[in-house]
Amino acid sequence: MSSFVRKRAFASLISLLLLLVAVFFLSRLTGDPAALYLPVEASEEMRQQFREVHGLNDPILVQFGNYIWDLLHLDMGESIRKARPALDVVVEAFAWTLQLALITMALVTGAAIVIGSLAAFRAGGFFDRVSSLVSLIGASAPDFWVAIVGIVVFSVGLGWLPTSGTGTVWHWVLPVAILFIRPFGLIVQVVRGSMITALSSAYVKTARAKGVKSRPIIFVHALRNAMLPVITVIGDQAAALLNGAVIIETIFGFPGVGKLMIDSILQRDFNVVLAAILVTALAIFLMNLLIDLAYALLDPRIRY
Amino acid sequence: MSAHLLEVRNLSVEFHTATGTVKAVKNVSYHLDRGETLAILGESGSGKSVSASAIMNLIDMPPGKITSGEILFDGKDLLTMDPAARRDVNGRRIAMIFQDPLSHLNPVYTVGWQIEEALTAHGATRAAARSEALRLVARVGIPAPEASLKKYPHEFSGGQRQRLMIAMALALKPDLLIADEPTTALDVTVQAEVLALLEELQHETGMGVLIITHDLGVVAEIADRVVVMNAGEVVETGETGEVYRNPAHPYTKKLIGAAPGKGAMHAPLARAEPVLSVRGARKVYGEFTAVHEVSFDLMAGETLAIVGESGSGKSTVAKMLLRLEEPSGGQAFWKGRDLFAMAPAELYALRRDLQMVFQDPTQSLNPRMTVWQLITEAWVIHPGILPRDKWKARVAELLGQVGLKPEMAGRYPHQFSGGQRQRIAIARALALEPQLIICDEAVSALDVSVQAQVIELLDGLRKRLGIAFVFIAHDLPVVRDFADHVMVMQKGRVVELGTVREVFETPREPYTQALLAAGLDPDPEVQAARRKARLALAEG
Amino acid sequence: MAVTDTIPDEPKPLVRFARMLWADKFALLAVIFLLAVLVMALIGPAWLDAVAQKQNLRGRNAPPFDLSRGWLFVLGGDALGRPLLARIIVATQNTMMVAAGAVLFSAIMGTVLGLVAGYAGKRTAQVILRLADVIMSFPSLLLAVIVLYILGPSILNLVVVLAITRIPVYLRTTRAEVMEVRERMFVQAAKVMGASPRRIIFRHILPVVLPTLMTIATLDFAFVMLAESSLSFLGIGIQPPEITWGLMIAQGKQYLTNAWWLSFWPGLAIILTTLSLNLLSGWMRIALDPVQRWRLEMRQTKKGTKA
Repeated sequence: MSSFVRKRAFASLISLLLLLVAVFFLSRLTGDPAALYLPVEASEEMRQQFREVHGLNDPILVQFGNYIWDLLHLDMGESIRKARPALDVVVEAFAWTLQLALITMALVTGAAIVIGSLAAFRAGGFFDRVSSLVSLIGASAPDFWVAIVGIVVFSVGLGWLPTSGTGTVWHWVLPVAILFIRPFGLIVQVVRGSMITALSSAYVKTARAKGVKSRPIIFVHALRNAMLPVITVIGDQAAALLNGAVIIETIFGFPGVGKLMIDSILQRDFNVVLAAILVTALAIFLMNLLIDLAYALLDPRIRY
Repeated sequence: MSAHLLEVRNLSVEFHTATGTVKAVKNVSYHLDRGETLAILGESGSGKSVSASAIMNLIDMPPGKITSGEILFDGKDLLTMDPAARRDVNGRRIAMIFQDPLSHLNPVYTVGWQIEEALTAHGATRAAARSEALRLVARVGIPAPEASLKKYPHEFSGGQRQRLMIAMALALKPDLLIADEPTTALDVTVQAEVLALLEELQHETGMGVLIITHDLGVVAEIADRVVVMNAGEVVETGETGEVYRNPAHPYTKKLIGAAPGKGAMHAPLARAEPVLSVRGARKVYGEFTAVHEVSFDLMAGETLAIVGESGSGKSTVAKMLLRLEEPSGGQAFWKGRDLFAMAPAELYALRRDLQMVFQDPTQSLNPRMTVWQLITEAWVIHPGILPRDKWKARVAELLGQVGLKPEMAGRYPHQFSGGQRQRIAIARALALEPQLIICDEAVSALDVSVQAQVIELLDGLRKRLGIAFVFIAHDLPVVRDFADHVMVMQKGRVVELGTVREVFETPREPYTQALLAAGLDPDPEVQAARRKARLALAEG
Repeated sequence: MAVTDTIPDEPKPLVRFARMLWADKFALLAVIFLLAVLVMALIGPAWLDAVAQKQNLRGRNAPPFDLSRGWLFVLGGDALGRPLLARIIVATQNTMMVAAGAVLFSAIMGTVLGLVAGYAGKRTAQVILRLADVIMSFPSLLLAVIVLYILGPSILNLVVVLAITRIPVYLRTTRAEVMEVRERMFVQAAKVMGASPRRIIFRHILPVVLPTLMTIATLDFAFVMLAESSLSFLGIGIQPPEITWGLMIAQGKQYLTNAWWLSFWPGLAIILTTLSLNLLSGWMRIALDPVQRWRLEMRQTKKGTKA
């Protein structure tokens, strides 16, 4: 197991390094922060000084070398915009994203498994057709459009829910509900397909020959076997959420890491972009390890 | 009124398929008593398993549908019973074991849990189930029963898995056990042990056994009575010995006539210069040696059979000769040139001489290519063989050679039966005009009657075209009528190599003797004698 | 079944697919709708561009279902009094072009790379897979923002950005399938005949993998459409005066409380199109799989016998 983790960590490290290089050089192509942060009438001298302070005057390779050197000392630099350590800014935002992702994925997983399993048990039946259509519509809707409609109906029209912010529990309802829709639609479909395969398998036949009742056949015999492909999709969807739900964060004024990344690149706050990439990549790496662990727990044939 | 344990009356089942409704069984009737063993004998597509699935309520509806009949169990009709009562019969009163125990055991739960479930599903407590499971596992002869309960299905061998299935089926001492091809996937020696175990357990519990099989040998070994099925209908019913000696229906006669191992044996050809000489071929996977130092010679127009059980390394030898697996050592001289040391370009030219026919034609023929495309592909790959304007005539000729009609060239493989598909595969191999054909279990997946035809075809090609064959099989009787020399392999080593007569009539090695003794003869009387001999061998 | 019997002939593929489509009414509706969308994309701008650009201050935020201004105003008018229906029809072309371009580009690139990664040696495969990992771990919106920022938000650039983020999907699927198919017996049989790797890949492996890829591409078309509309919504995709459905939603956002229809109709167009694609992909998954096909064909025969 530990050698497996090491191998995975090594592979991820290489990907991360490549990603870091790409973001570092690409982001610097978007323009000069000095032009954005200093008034238009600022003299060339002031600009020079600004660049000097933020280490932007060195040749770009030297800048990269310095960044990596600092990174090895766990220093991710300052945020130009917030004048605070970039890491602090990112961790603050990431905490929000993490909560949002955890709550959403927990709800999605539970609901998708129960509904997908029941749909698969009577494939082609009424429940199956209704749940398939509903989940398909869910997976087809643009989330920003659902968000707008949701605000119009529930916040403006009925006045039940706040439009944006993070103050109370009620502030979470709409963002979570809207983030829920698409992964739910996808995962229900995967659960259903995987369960249909599992339910038509030979070992389910054996269980029926043993006289096992329907409910344990679905939720004990078939479900555990059907979970492997489901977990993969859950992982992909969770990773997408950990990368930040830019649209939802923007619409609901939610201070998550997705919005932070986009704002920072538009504001040429490069250190924050890089720190955000690193933090989310680390989170996704850890989550993928958990997914692999779940594989091994579910299927005794998998050993690392 | 019914005194029988089980009585199936006028059962008809149909399935919906793409090409319309298929009547899988038509008006099938049979009965079975306590303590009796009834065999349902039939080839693929005969509908032999369908009635058993109906008894167990395992037919998926749709696409299946029971259109008529009743299944009386202890006088009560299972088909009209309410679902809860029906479910309670399964496992408690009637139990079932299947052909492929690996896929029929749930891969993610321990075998202990699965056996216990058979008991707890019908009301036993966990603790009681636990101790009973331990007893059962010990009873069916699994070593270290305590530890075995905590293991998963993939950690057992094929024979052990079938024993575990039996333990699970017999947990609640059912009155009826249905065994659907219970030994087909097992090696011959293991097959004999599993059948013996079934018989012992039947004596202990007095249950009725319904065994479904395609194998006359299994019928001869275990059944009291036999029901012969063909194309969904029962063609003959009777006491096993009686049916074998005096078959009434032409289909039964054909089936018995097709059983291998009764013809004259080949007399080996005079020794001449071998076309293929293998010296010390070896294959190592990491720590594990799959093939140790295999050597043999093969002459033109001669057949060498390589026989062995699973894990003997026989298929690896075949794959090495064709370089589908890279050999780890040794040489194989084809007309003086070492196959194992050839560069890819040389190998390409050589592909013409050496061809292979695989076990399962369903998988070895590309499903998206027509017969025409499959056969002419050889000439596309090797442009030198035949000018394009002669293709049509040659395809017709090849199809004729393997007993198919030229107008079938436009069809796809799935439009043919299993035996016909294997003929297509043979025609494809012949298109390259090879001098050696390696048959890797080329007839094992086929029905007995088809098997005989394909072997006849191959032997005819050998005589007419002087092609040499390496014929790989797990079953000794199959090669008896066909091989000149037989090589017996076990665990990667050559155990015995001799002429077919030497190996079959005067086997020197104990393993060869055991293999011959474990084979099941279709004649119930011969089989009874052989069983005695086997028991004597086991004791002495 | 007698040994010499051949299985009866199956219907011709085209007839067969038509029948299977008829058996699934949802998929049938989806196909009809998609064909309509295709026609709109082809002729929309040439036909209605002038109308869709014409401002009419008296028709500002005109409410829907009012036919007094002509049928083009049946869905209402936008903030500058332009007819929404005409604008939706005109926007179809851009929306479809971006999605189709991105899907085509990513599917071809991904499939080729996947075939190479699946069939070539271990080292090549590792390099390709690592690159796919990098793209996968790049938050796709961030990548889009950076690239569009540098290159400028043109339709072509949008296609390239969206395509790059989708390549790994095809790459991974193709590779996984190739790894499985290359071990199949008929590939071994082709090897024994001396077939070259190129022949094995294109003649034997690709046709088996293709149905899966087509199903994914259909699904991905929907995904890319949503991604494009997200970018346009955030203001970094297509720029006015060009229009796409996503951009129309964004433009209507500020009038939400008094003119909901500005955002609602283009949103509905997106939903219906992606829903149709999803339904079509679901149908294809069954129709292209010989093992599952009976589900559709049986529904057909059952209805046939009843009638």
